[in-house]
Amino acid sequence: MTRRSVRGTAMVGMATAGTLALGACGGGGFSSSAPTQNASKGPVKLSVMIGSSGAAETASVKAATSAWASKTGSTVEVIAASDLNQQLGQAFASTSPPDVFYTDASKIGTYAKAGNLLAYGDQVKDTGFIDSLVTAFTYDKKFYCAPKDVSTLALEINTDLWAKAGLTDADIPKDWAGLETIAKKLTSGNVTGLVLGNDINRSGAFMKQAGGWVDSPEGAFTATSPGALQGLQEVQKMMKAGSLKFNTDTSPATGWGGEAFGKGIAAMTMEGNWIAGGMKDFPNIKYKVVELPAGPAGKGTLLFTNCWGIAAKSPNQAAAVDLVKSLITTDQQMSFAKAFGVMPSTVAGSKAFAAAYPDSAAFVAGASYGQGPVNLAGVDDVMAKFNSQLATLGKGGDPSAMLAELQKNGAAAVGG
Amino acid sequence: MLADASIAVTTRSTPPPPPRRRFRGGGGLRGHEGAAGWLFITPMVVILLVFLVIPIFMALWVSLTSWNGSVNPFSGGPGAEFVGVKNYTALFAQDGLTRSNFMQSISNTFWYVLFVVPLQTVLALGLALLVSNKLLKAKGFFRTTFYFPSVTSSIAISTVFLFLFSNSGAVNAFLKLFGIDGPQWFSDSRGLVHLLFNAVGVDNPAWGAHDILGRSLWDWLSGPSVAMCVIIILVVWTTSGTFMLMFIAALQDVPVDVEEAAALDGTSGWQQLRYVTVPMIKPAIFLVLTLGLIGTWQVFDQIYVMGKGAPSGTTLSPAYLSYQQSFGNFKYGSGAAMAFVVFLIIVVLTRMQRYVLTDKDERRSFRSIFQLGRRKGASS
Repeated sequence: MTRRSVRGTAMVGMATAGTLALGACGGGGFSSSAPTQNASKGPVKLSVMIGSSGAAETASVKAATSAWASKTGSTVEVIAASDLNQQLGQAFASTSPPDVFYTDASKIGTYAKAGNLLAYGDQVKDTGFIDSLVTAFTYDKKFYCAPKDVSTLALEINTDLWAKAGLTDADIPKDWAGLETIAKKLTSGNVTGLVLGNDINRSGAFMKQAGGWVDSPEGAFTATSPGALQGLQEVQKMMKAGSLKFNTDTSPATGWGGEAFGKGIAAMTMEGNWIAGGMKDFPNIKYKVVELPAGPAGKGTLLFTNCWGIAAKSPNQAAAVDLVKSLITTDQQMSFAKAFGVMPSTVAGSKAFAAAYPDSAAFVAGASYGQGPVNLAGVDDVMAKFNSQLATLGKGGDPSAMLAELQKNGAAAVGG
Repeated sequence: MLADASIAVTTRSTPPPPPRRRFRGGGGLRGHEGAAGWLFITPMVVILLVFLVIPIFMALWVSLTSWNGSVNPFSGGPGAEFVGVKNYTALFAQDGLTRSNFMQSISNTFWYVLFVVPLQTVLALGLALLVSNKLLKAKGFFRTTFYFPSVTSSIAISTVFLFLFSNSGAVNAFLKLFGIDGPQWFSDSRGLVHLLFNAVGVDNPAWGAHDILGRSLWDWLSGPSVAMCVIIILVVWTTSGTFMLMFIAALQDVPVDVEEAAALDGTSGWQQLRYVTVPMIKPAIFLVLTLGLIGTWQVFDQIYVMGKGAPSGTTLSPAYLSYQQSFGNFKYGSGAAMAFVVFLIIVVLTRMQRYVLTDKDERRSFRSIFQLGRRKGASS
C-alpha cells in the first residue's frame, strides 16, 4: 500500500471510531425513555409551535396563551414555524420538542406510530366535539388530541354568471343530476361550469357522496370499494361533458380552484372556509356558498382539521393539557374564528359560529357529515402517487386502475 | 573535452533524488512548518469532521436500521431496529411503491443528467470562449451578465419560471407568435424520447415490455418529460455562469505562444479549438464535468418548488424522494439508503469519466481506476 492510502485508511478508521464513540456517549443527543413528569404544581415554561396562516393567527394564539399564562403564573412561548412538518420532524428527534403543536389530521397516524404523541383524548372527550372530528383524530382505537378547528368543502357559485344563465335559487343542485345540468348550462366560451383542485382533497367529496372512501375507521384501505370508483367516474363523466375541469387544465392554468373562480373562468368551485381570504384578491366577484349536492349515498363532503398535539416527550404534560383545555372553550374558539375565519370544533361552538356568520351556514352543516383525511401511518408517498395519477383523470386516466394501485400500495404500507 | 561534455550530459539527464527528510519526523525548519500547518487547518478539519464526516457515518448507520425519528438511533431498541441491508433490497429487489418510485426517480434523474451536463459544459465553454475573445469590448459587463443567474436564489428563479412556463405564460405567448401551440408545460408528463418514437410511429412496442428492476424497458426509455425539460432549461441557464468562470480561468492559463504557434501552422479556428485549446484545458473540463455530475444527481430545490414530482412522478428525483420518505413517512432508514445509493452512482460515474478523460498514455487498466492512490503523477 502506498503512503497515501495508508494515511487514508487511518483517517477512515479514526472517523469510524470517533462516530461510534460519540454514539455511545449520546446521552444528551437522543432520549430513549419517557421523560419524568414535572411533579411540582408550580409555574412551568411551555412552548407551543404553530403553522400560522398569517399575522392574525399568530397574534390571536399568542393572546390566548398569554391569558392562560397570566392566570396560572406559567410562561408560554409561541413559535410560528415556517415549515411545520419539517421542524416538527427535527424536534421529535431531539430531547425537547415543543410541548404543544398543531397536528394535521393526516399526520396523526405517522406521529402516533412513531411514539411522538401523548394520547390525552380521554381527558377532553366530554367537551362535546363534533363526532366526525373525533373519528378523524382516532388512530388505533385511541383518541389522541383535542381538535382545534375545522374547515369543510362547500359549493361556491358566482352569482353574476348564475343570473346570466337564467338560473334561480330553485336550481341550486341537490343531487348529481342537478349538478350535471347546471354545470353544463354555466359552461360557455372560456368559462367552465365547475373547476376543482386536481387531487383527492376535492374529488374525494364525490367518493364520499357515493358512499365510499379510501380507508376505513378501523385503519384498513378500502380504495377499491364501489363507492370510491363511482365517485371518480362521476367526476370523469362531467369532464367528458366539458362542464368540469381541474385547475391545471383550465386556460390559463390556475393554481387552485379559487383562483379560477376569482378570475371568472369558473362559474362554480368547491373550496372551504379559506375561500373568503382568497377572494380578497378578487373583490369584483360576488358569490354565494351552498352545500354540496348529495350523491347516491347521501350528502358528503371533506373536512380538514388540526388538533392540539402534545408531545410524548414533554415533561409538562399536565400543564399542557390544562393549556389545551383553555384553548378549546367556546369563547376562545369564537375569538379564533373572528380573527382568522376557522370554524370551532365543538357542537356548541359551531352553533355560535352559525349564528354569528349566517353566510357560512353551508360550511357549518358540512362538518357533521364530512370525511376527514386519511390518517394512517407512513402513507405520504402512497397518497402522493395517487394524487399525481388522479391529475391525469381529464386526459384519459382510468379510475379503476388508479384505485387498484392505491389499494395495493396502501395495503402494503399499512401492513408492512 | 568531449569526455567532460558527455559526463556533464549524463549527470544532467538524471536529476538528483529529492531529499528524503519529510518522513523522518519533525526536525529543523521543515518540521515546525508541518506542525504549524496542521495547527492552522485544525479548526476547519474539526468543523468538517463534526458537521460533515461524522453525520455521514451516522446516516450510514441509520440506513441499516428502521429508525422512526423519535428514539436514539444508536440504541437498537424499538423504533430503531437494526435491519441490515433490508432498506437497500427494498429499493432494488422488493416489488412495491418504494422501488417503483425510486426507479422512476433514477430514470428521471439519469435523463436529466444526460441532458444537463453536456449542455451546460458546452454552453459554459462557448460563453468563456466568447468572453475571452481578444476583440470583445466590455468584457466585464458580459462576464457579469452571464454569471448573474448563478448568484440568484434558485427558489426565486424557480418561482419565476413557474410563471414563465404556465399555460398562458410568456413562453407560450412567444411560441404563439410563430404559430406554435405551446404544450401545457407543467402538466405534460410525456417523455421526449417517447415523443420521438411516436413521431416515427412506434408506441409501446412489444420489445419494450421487458421488466428491468420493476420498470418496463419502454418506461426506462421515456426520456425527460416536458415538465422536466423546464427544469433542465432552468438549471442549464443558472449553472453555466459558474462553469464559465472556471473555463475563463483555464483559458487564460493557455500560453499565448501555443496559440500563436498553432496559428502559424495554419490551423483554422475550429481546428485550433479542437486540437489545441480543448486538450490544454482538460483539467478544467474534468472539474466542470465532475461538479456537474455531482450537482445534477442531487437536484432538489427546483423539484420541491416546481411540482414535487408531478405530473405523474416524472419530475421525482432521488434527493426529493429521500426527503419525502424521511420527513413525510418518518422512514429515515429508507431515505438514508436512497441517499447512499445515489452517492455510489455518483462515485462510479465520476471514476468512469476520469478514466475517459485521462491521456491514453497515462491510462492504466480499467480495473486500476477503482483503486485508491496508485496513479503516477495524478492530482485528485
